[in-house]
Amino acid sequence: MAMLRVPYTNRDHVKGPARAAVTLVEYGDYQCPYCGQAYWVLKNIEDSFRNDLRFVFRNFPLTEIHPLAMVAAEAAEAADAQGKFWDMHAMLYENQDALDLESILEYGASLDLDTDSMLRDIESHRHLPKIQEDFMGGVRSGVNGTPCFFINGVRHDGPWDVASLSRAIASSRRDTAYAR
Amino acid sequence: MNTQAQRISEAQAPPPRYPTSALDPGTTAPEFELNTTPDQRVALSAFHGRPVVLVFYPADWSPVCGDQLALYNQLMSEFRRHDAQLLGLSVDGPWCHVAYGKDRNLRFPLLSDFEPKGETAKRYGVYQYGAGVAERALFVLDRGGTIHWSYVSPLGVNPGADGILEALDSLAEQGGRHGDAARPLH
Repeated sequence: MAMLRVPYTNRDHVKGPARAAVTLVEYGDYQCPYCGQAYWVLKNIEDSFRNDLRFVFRNFPLTEIHPLAMVAAEAAEAADAQGKFWDMHAMLYENQDALDLESILEYGASLDLDTDSMLRDIESHRHLPKIQEDFMGGVRSGVNGTPCFFINGVRHDGPWDVASLSRAIASSRRDTAYAR
Repeated sequence: MNTQAQRISEAQAPPPRYPTSALDPGTTAPEFELNTTPDQRVALSAFHGRPVVLVFYPADWSPVCGDQLALYNQLMSEFRRHDAQLLGLSVDGPWCHVAYGKDRNLRFPLLSDFEPKGETAKRYGVYQYGAGVAERALFVLDRGGTIHWSYVSPLGVNPGADGILEALDSLAEQGGRHGDAARPLH
């Protein structure tokens, strides 16, 4: 059973209450079409589970097969530096067919980001160490491809359609309830 | 746990000369020589002196992002750091491997365990006799060709790279004493 080796810190991208019964961690790649599908699954999941679920996203760019995955990850981190990680995260997954730098800067502009600062961040690879840390932490936790989910620290090895992921999260929520 | 009864159908149990489960650490890794391309063959003994990672897998062309080999390809710098040679093995023919390796831009050889079919997987105890393909099995060999770590992933589960890296780390910590006779013990 693969277990998450990297505990959550305040450097993570987190949505949902800290006291949620279930924490769902996704390791994702912005150019990965399966992660694109998972983005919509997760919107559904977040609606269903609301305050019972905390969601964490970590970067896992597979640049050998997805050459634009890194610049997208760097853009997301640059947006985070300006307080708009989740907005950029959404724009990237909703526009996977356009992840070139020019398009990315347009997304930044539409989010009222300082695009000069964003570009400087990307060109200087200011956030690359964090992305690489996410990546290797994921590898050491048993991340085996993208998207890869950990539910309360345990890698989810089954299907991740809405029904399957919901069942796994609900099951984890029950286990947590019994443990309290 | 994952018993033989669960993995091999009664009608297709392995003949007695093959191991019935994955070879354990401490065993000398069986030698093999297999095609990587229609013209080139690679022998395991060619890599003596370096750690070797054997990746047995069922078939080429599985979906991309969940692909075990794509992950290992992404981690080539980590394997290089350990001076480790990665070899992929499946029962696919060499032309299939050539096409697949090119499509995925793989930077390690894929070996064709094609004729006799699955012979190498059988000798390592990791052949699925019903399905006719190798299991998802990993072996890390030390510099002298002895198995340092082995792992068979449950059916349908991609094992990732954490086990391999831990095994290579522990091999490095041991300083390569197994099979490295020239190096004095501290």
